[in-house]
Amino acid sequence: MTPAESSLSQLWVYLAASPLFGLTLTLVAYGIAYRLYLASRSSPLCNPVATTIALIIAVLLFTHISYQDYFSGAQFVHFLLGPATVALAIPLYRQLRKVQQIFIPLVITLVCGSAVGALSALYTAKLLGASEPVLMSLVPKSVTTPIAMSIAKLLGGIPPLTAVLVVITGIIGALLGTRLMQLLGIQDDSVKGIAMGIAAHGIGTARAFQVSSEMGAFAGLAMALSAFVASLVLPPLIHLLGF
Amino acid sequence: MQFLNGITLLLIFQLAGEITGVWFQLPIPGPVIGMGYLLLALLLYRGVPAALDAAANGLLMHLSLLFVPAGVGLIVYFDYIAREWLPITIAVFVSTIVTLGFSALLMQILQRYFKRSS
Repeated sequence: MTPAESSLSQLWVYLAASPLFGLTLTLVAYGIAYRLYLASRSSPLCNPVATTIALIIAVLLFTHISYQDYFSGAQFVHFLLGPATVALAIPLYRQLRKVQQIFIPLVITLVCGSAVGALSALYTAKLLGASEPVLMSLVPKSVTTPIAMSIAKLLGGIPPLTAVLVVITGIIGALLGTRLMQLLGIQDDSVKGIAMGIAAHGIGTARAFQVSSEMGAFAGLAMALSAFVASLVLPPLIHLLGF
Repeated sequence: MQFLNGITLLLIFQLAGEITGVWFQLPIPGPVIGMGYLLLALLLYRGVPAALDAAANGLLMHLSLLFVPAGVGLIVYFDYIAREWLPITIAVFVSTIVTLGFSALLMQILQRYFKRSS
């Protein structure tokens, strides 16, 4: 190795382990993915979350940088999920009058929708022969990441696997949600938003905000409330079913 | 400065939520409790301060970005997923579609029913 090469590789080793790399990679990949999404005229097939994740995984595999090193930088972005969840109170506040009008139907839908979300995944995977830890990791897949991880832990699943399944669920919901609503003939933006929030949590909510702020507000509301409902209902329900 | 004030407020509410959750050992995550507190505060204040609105908008506009780091975790579970990819893929796919359709239809039916009865 020439001196120039070895100093270059030293520089690389330094950069790869520095938080700056993971953070910059995340933002640059998202910037590219978002432009692609706009260029496709907001086609759900170019969902920015899916494209960004694919780009980053490709870079990490190519450069042999570990997820841990990547996350040391990306955690600053991950951290913002907390304040962003708190911030959902604002669109919710603006839709409060409408929430009061639909309170009882909303609560019934939240409880039934959360149960359907968990049980449909659980029994489909069980039927196809998935192992117990995978089954328990699948149960909270429609719930927003931090809560889903704590439910998975409680049930004996693998929390980080749950985090991944949650993101995949969200992407599928964001990809198919609006088209499915169209097929079912659902026109009310608040109803569409509620379904997106229950089935596809924050990624569905992000997609809903792209459609309209009303749909986004209701998706955010349903996401938050269903997280609350799921953390109360799912663990006892799963035990009751003999898992 | 406005953006900074807004972010600070959001963090204060999150912190209050986290403390409540740990203190009372609630199964609900701190940020969700923080959201509840902020909603109460907005109801008492009767409006959304401009600084808070700016910060919240900034975060919610690019909410999708915030899920990326967790999603890249896929790379660690390649083996697990490769071994059971079929049940996992089908279960997530079927369940997401069923949950979306079920929730939307149920909400629509209930809303019509309650509108008619009231």
